[in-house]
Amino acid sequence: MKSVIIGSSAMAVAVGLGVYTWQTTNAATDPCGNTTVAGATIGGPFELVSETGETVTDRDVITKPTLVYFGYTFCPDVCPLDTMRNAIAADILAEQGVDIGTVFISVDPERDTPQVLADFTDNFHADMIGLTGSPEQVRAASQAYKTYYRAVEGDPEFYLVDHSTQTYLMFPETGFATFFRRDTPAEQVAEITACFAGQLT
Amino acid sequence: MKTTSLAALALLAFATTAAAESAISVADARAFETAPTAMAGGGFLTITNTGTSADTLIAVLADFPRVELHTTEFEGDIARMVHVDTIPVPAGETVTLEPGGLHVMFMGLQGNPLIAGETIAATLVFEEAGEVPVTFDIVKRDMAGHGHSHNH
Repeated sequence: MKSVIIGSSAMAVAVGLGVYTWQTTNAATDPCGNTTVAGATIGGPFELVSETGETVTDRDVITKPTLVYFGYTFCPDVCPLDTMRNAIAADILAEQGVDIGTVFISVDPERDTPQVLADFTDNFHADMIGLTGSPEQVRAASQAYKTYYRAVEGDPEFYLVDHSTQTYLMFPETGFATFFRRDTPAEQVAEITACFAGQLT
Repeated sequence: MKTTSLAALALLAFATTAAAESAISVADARAFETAPTAMAGGGFLTITNTGTSADTLIAVLADFPRVELHTTEFEGDIARMVHVDTIPVPAGETVTLEPGGLHVMFMGLQGNPLIAGETIAATLVFEEAGEVPVTFDIVKRDMAGHGHSHNH
């Protein structure tokens, strides 16, 4: 069993790297000045659990241009930085009259209850939506977005989770528009998002 | 000769622990506020070794169920948090624990969140300098001075 698990996570990395390589070789510069993945099927339907414990789908959550990030709240460093960046981008856009959503999907459903996620997201932005779910629901959502995560074994309570750090810009009808790496500043995320919003809505 | 002088140095360092302490100075110790139900929080600071011999941070003590030293490593866009046992602080150098890299992880906050304006009393334990007390100021997250406001 162990080797199967290792095999599948190695494959996840391979798939991730494959996507990455493919992105860098086939990347085209879109009119909004960010690299896009032509024809890539990133995103899609998902079913998760909201901050209030209700089952929701992508249609309920992505009702406007939305920045989607996968992380976990037991993560004092990277996730808060990235989440804060996305929240600041939303604020910059709000000042310009562009209304976007921000979503934080947990890859640690065991510890991230709806209540924990509600508190975590409220700490960054009043409108940020936190989503969790069953391990199967989270796995399916992560696979739809081609993200990688793996809980580090060995500590039942204080375990860490390796995970992808891209933020995806999604639209209600057209789906995936582009993605942002974590080193993209909030101003640039806002600028590119505004450009896409102008074109796609 | 070399070994003798090294041994003598080590002996000297051992004998004058009080003097060795002054070789380590810490600054800018801070932790970010957390959500009420947060389970962990990160602490950051700079450590300067003004002495003439290398030292190593071997532990951080604070009143939490667990406190560890971590660093964040990136493999492409995948972040991995990695537990580190020690952090070397070479003579005459400054080591910075900052967001996106090395950090102190305060774990098991459950019901005891980090609140802006409060402080965390902690003790850094160095191999040579021994125990160095430090106070982490808990601050709001405010990146790049954007005046990001909370709507609570």
